[in-house]
Amino acid sequence: MRPVAMPRLVIALMLGLASACPAVAVQPGEILPDAAMEQRARAISSELRCLVCQNQSIDDSDAPLAKDLRVLVRERLVAGDSDTAVRDFVVARYGDFVLLRPPFDVRTALLWAAPFLILLAALGFLWRRGRAMAAPASAAPLSEDERRRVARLLDDEAP
Amino acid sequence: MIVEIGHFALALALGVAVVQALVPLWGVARHDRALAGVGSAAAVTCFLLVALSFGALVASYARSDFSVENVVANSHSTQPLIYKFTSVWGNHEGSMLLWVLILTLFGALVAMSRRSLPVRLRAGTLAAQGMVTVAFLAFTLLTSNPFRRMLPAPPEGQDLNPILQDLGLAIHPPLLYVGYVGFSITYAFAVAALIDGRIDAVWARAVRPWTLLAWVFLTLGIAMGSYWAYYELGWGGWWFWDPVENASLMPWLAGTALIHSTVVMEKRDSLKVWTILLAILTFSLSLLGTFIVRSGVLTSVHSFASDPSRGLFILGILIFFVGGSLALFAWRAPLLRQGGLFAPVSREGALVVNNVFIATACATVFIGTLYPLVLEMVTGDKISVGPPFFNATFIPVLVPLLLVLPLGQSLAWKRGDLLGAAQRNAMAFGIAIVVALAAIALTRGGPVLAPLGIGLGVFLVAGAAFDLGERIVARASGWPAMLSRAKGLPRSTWGAAFAHAGVGLSVIGIAAAAWSTEAIGVLKPGERLTSGRYTIVLESILPRSGPNFRAEVARFQIFSGNRELGPLEAGKRVYTARAMPTTEAGIHTDGLSQAYVALGEPQGDGAIAVRLYDKPLILLIWIGAIVMAFGGALSLTDRRFRLAAPRRAAPQPVAAQPAE
Repeated sequence: MRPVAMPRLVIALMLGLASACPAVAVQPGEILPDAAMEQRARAISSELRCLVCQNQSIDDSDAPLAKDLRVLVRERLVAGDSDTAVRDFVVARYGDFVLLRPPFDVRTALLWAAPFLILLAALGFLWRRGRAMAAPASAAPLSEDERRRVARLLDDEAP
Repeated sequence: MIVEIGHFALALALGVAVVQALVPLWGVARHDRALAGVGSAAAVTCFLLVALSFGALVASYARSDFSVENVVANSHSTQPLIYKFTSVWGNHEGSMLLWVLILTLFGALVAMSRRSLPVRLRAGTLAAQGMVTVAFLAFTLLTSNPFRRMLPAPPEGQDLNPILQDLGLAIHPPLLYVGYVGFSITYAFAVAALIDGRIDAVWARAVRPWTLLAWVFLTLGIAMGSYWAYYELGWGGWWFWDPVENASLMPWLAGTALIHSTVVMEKRDSLKVWTILLAILTFSLSLLGTFIVRSGVLTSVHSFASDPSRGLFILGILIFFVGGSLALFAWRAPLLRQGGLFAPVSREGALVVNNVFIATACATVFIGTLYPLVLEMVTGDKISVGPPFFNATFIPVLVPLLLVLPLGQSLAWKRGDLLGAAQRNAMAFGIAIVVALAAIALTRGGPVLAPLGIGLGVFLVAGAAFDLGERIVARASGWPAMLSRAKGLPRSTWGAAFAHAGVGLSVIGIAAAAWSTEAIGVLKPGERLTSGRYTIVLESILPRSGPNFRAEVARFQIFSGNRELGPLEAGKRVYTARAMPTTEAGIHTDGLSQAYVALGEPQGDGAIAVRLYDKPLILLIWIGAIVMAFGGALSLTDRRFRLAAPRRAAPQPVAAQPAE
């Protein structure tokens, strides 16, 4: 019996770092003769989630289900499906959960927009603060006496 | 008997921690110096007790005492001694004990540090640290007791999970925990400052070394874990955007922002409120990470250890400390006086920009990690947020920051000159452009963005070097003068330059990953497989046996072009006690690049599936992290941290220092 879910969970539980099924995933027998099509299959697989080893793509996973999915993806490609059609086919069977790149829709709009909204909000806040602060910062010029002291201090520091 | 002593010491430590949490605050309230000083003695005692307890557990493992449940579940008598030791923290209970050990160690270090801290600040800090200690000691004793006996004792243990029987994993958790837990001190300082209602450059200077220390260890811990995942898991990936990885990345990002904001606070007495908030958030993210990892909440479906009592307990701790400190913040922060005005274009301004972008990146990871959980709770829909999401959001947020980093580094405090900064960096930028163009020319038809990534990394490294050079050469003439200027530069300046160059090195390594190639083949002895610059020839497949495993080892010769690089072995092991296989990748290091071989399944008639990767410049990813950590360590040795704090504490002769 090969381990599927155990190792990644053990690590996840104990240590707080990468969790995965340790093995070579794509088997030589699965590879398509057409290199370009194989490339597409790899690209699609790497964004489909293995439903047994969570947080791992089917391209990396050693689970039997992942293997079935890899073969399925390749079969659809050979049958002439476009990349999108292949993805839709898999989603129709397993739901959005299988997509590692969440689709952009009502449920995920906030997710996708959040980083950029946060950045904009922070920059906007800073811009307002910056304008408020710029005024006093540029206010008092040095008096002649202060200028002399500055010059003296700078000279002292030189080796 | 030893086991009972360990258990008892742990319970005693809980009692002492309660004293540490309460008495100093009482002392401060009553203006009683003696009571306020009790925290120091309590913190040291607490550490000694937990150390005794930890020692007892180590002893049980070393002697393979199978009357202890924890030892039975995670150890085996045939294990090499080193893994008997590391088994101590290769499981939930033992690693909690290590967590608490480090927590109390930090408390004791603060208690014993000879730097003259204001009495109220020290008392408040130790009290806050004591509260955290109480919570985690109670958690360990009540839900995760590593000393539970098992009678009758079985004759043999169940062995440590094989994947953890590796030197990389032996040192990864302690490094990571020192980082995670180290931020508890920063948190405690922040809480103390809020209770005290007073915060200034003295506070910033007191906190900064602790932040740096925690950050250095967290950096090393994350890098170590990443390298371990790379060589142990068998397909050459080094970062997976897994929730547990994100759990360590979030405090690292927040800690990075904190390091930068405390500089502003220390030098210019500005950004106080934000720095306090960041100190609270950094440790809160450490706690969140602990919750995510320990409760199994994000691996939900088949998380075999989702013992709800543990998860709920940690959730309670999380809510108490995060909620409590944020409430304290909301109540007290308005009392803190803002100071230190500065122009937008200035070193302070640049550090604010740094904080904005890093905080946004951290928020991105936070939202991406927790969004599926929240969505499922609210709507019942299950979605996945995986690497494609993080790559599409995290990188665009961070790249602009890295692009302006060298400029910010060379701006003056208070009021900078953007044009001057641009001129100072023109040379570095020129070099970066040349390197990027060269990379484009050399790899025509390859990935488009990778050469730009290389250019960015080179810009960071060159920018750091030129910035140092500028400071050394400016206003000095002749070698002796330059040498003395180089010596005279503060260590923190050197540290910052190294850390920034380290970021650049990692960026180069990450960008170069785009050129890595992979080949999958079925080989019989004598056959070859080529990927990128490397070719391997399979020589033989032989069985081998270790102390507690059986292995199948494939021997290869590896070539780069026609040049023979030497022999290489890759293997698969089956650990007998658990009948669990692991892959042992064969890695040949060629300069900064690596050839990576992983074995697959046997394919019949003596053939075996083999994967070969060419990973150009991959070592730079981790070398960069080590250089970052080195920079942090260099800053830690800065002269100003070894001197007594300037304003608030009156200078005292050493002999007259109170023993508290």
